[in-house]
Amino acid sequence: MSDLRDLYQETIFDHYRQPRNFGRLQGANRRAEGYNPLCGDKVTLYLRVEDGVICNARFEGSGCAISTASASLMTENLKGKREEEALQLFDKFHGMVTGSTMTNDLGKLAVLAGVTEFPQRVKCATLAWHTMKAALQNIGEPVTTE
Amino acid sequence: MILDNLFQSLSYYDESSEKYGVHSWRADFPILETSVHGKPLVYLDNAATTQKPLAVIEAESLYYRHDNANVHRGVHLLSQRATDAFEAARFKVQHLINAVSPDEIIFVRGTTEAINLVAQSYGRSRFKAGDEIILSRMEHHSNIVPWQILCEQTGVNLRIIPINNSGELELEAYNQLLNLRTKLVAVAHVSNAMGTINPVRAMIDLAHVHGVPVLLDGAQAIAHLPVDVQSLDCDFYAFSGHKLYGPTGIGVLFGKAALLEAMPPYQGGGDMIRSVSFDGTTYNTLPYKFEAGTPNIAGVIGLGAAVDYLAGIGFDALIEHELALLAYATQSVSDIPGLRIIGNALEKTAILSFVLEGIHPHDIGTILDRHGVAIRTGHHCTMPLMEHFGIAATARASFALYNTRTEVDKLVEAIYHVKELFGR
Repeated sequence: MSDLRDLYQETIFDHYRQPRNFGRLQGANRRAEGYNPLCGDKVTLYLRVEDGVICNARFEGSGCAISTASASLMTENLKGKREEEALQLFDKFHGMVTGSTMTNDLGKLAVLAGVTEFPQRVKCATLAWHTMKAALQNIGEPVTTE
Repeated sequence: MILDNLFQSLSYYDESSEKYGVHSWRADFPILETSVHGKPLVYLDNAATTQKPLAVIEAESLYYRHDNANVHRGVHLLSQRATDAFEAARFKVQHLINAVSPDEIIFVRGTTEAINLVAQSYGRSRFKAGDEIILSRMEHHSNIVPWQILCEQTGVNLRIIPINNSGELELEAYNQLLNLRTKLVAVAHVSNAMGTINPVRAMIDLAHVHGVPVLLDGAQAIAHLPVDVQSLDCDFYAFSGHKLYGPTGIGVLFGKAALLEAMPPYQGGGDMIRSVSFDGTTYNTLPYKFEAGTPNIAGVIGLGAAVDYLAGIGFDALIEHELALLAYATQSVSDIPGLRIIGNALEKTAILSFVLEGIHPHDIGTILDRHGVAIRTGHHCTMPLMEHFGIAATARASFALYNTRTEVDKLVEAIYHVKELFGR
């Protein structure tokens, strides 16, 4: 059961218990909702984008340890990134958790690499990320992981 | 009540006696030998689907090896054999639920299709704008959405029976909901998310006082309770084969013959006609009027084998075993700090739905899986019910005839590991 420890690392629990950037963002100019119909997890992501740079990111919602920690870590990571950098980060992160690409420059996000051994949990890890993509592309409809 | 008595009799139940024959029953299910993640499989997801005994697997296989042919129209030997086996299964199902006639047994894909059939054939031809259908808060989405579709088509309205915090229907409220506009009551016999056994007999009597027919969603009842459609006096009863130790993709709609006779066909095609011409078509008699196209022959034969298998065990032994297991499991988990059972009805089948404080059910499911313990986590296709309890999801362990107390112990041990990992 060592892969359970690989999945549930201390950093994940830390961000699950005390999610960073949690709550509504005043002055947000991008917003999107994500929904995982499989488990009922919901996330709302708020971004403040100025001159193509994400100045601030916050989220609210309820979810499992993996989806909450992933959203928390993502919001930390997005601040200061250009929109296109954020979208590139989406691709890298998605590649890491689905096991399709190897990356070693994801920094703290690498704690979610254990998800590759749990294919049923990839949707939990990527929910916030799909929502971020939708927010940047200004998709009005809630995105789902399906 | 049943549960209380069983708590009292728990001391009489010990593993060594195994008077319920659970070990010999287990031997009938080849998949129970399987290991997952290097651990023996503890399969507690029986409300989603049950495992299949060798008798069912072999019945399907034997049909394909020796008798495979299309039913009802062939003059050759194999077609005759296939037809005989197919129709024999209909008799078995008739006797399982004590229907008056085999003509009242319609083979469909499953509970979902059975309910859609009633909505589209019975409901659409009879209901008008302003009419009302009564459902309950604990319904599976498959007993909600077909009616919502009908609402859009006809303008009928849904009225919902509320539930209390134990997960039981509020019967007084149900009584109030029945009125002159009510055209149908459609409720679960047993709740898939909580195991609540609804007092359907009394509910049917009450509906009939108002001249309202009742459809029972029997998906979760059929493998756990004896069902007698005559003594219940229900008008429609729907269930799936795969929750009854039978194959997937086959299910049954029972309907009272008089109702089925008066209903228009659900789908058109072969087998459901008597004669076809471009001037007009006459439909076949029951049950064939509702069985358009080549049916799931192997599935029907497999379902017949499952019914035989269950009859061999008998509901008395099965119920005694499953309820003792539920009582043991309920008692075992009640000592776990931070665990809350969702659904504490007095009358329950062996379903244990729970939440753990500060831990999402999805995480519970993943960790239990690594222990070999298969449970279901999520909303169980009952989102209105989850909303009632103010939760998004539960973890659900659901038991079948082949589960043991040792498996309950493994479940409990795994739940403690979840808490340990999460530091709770």
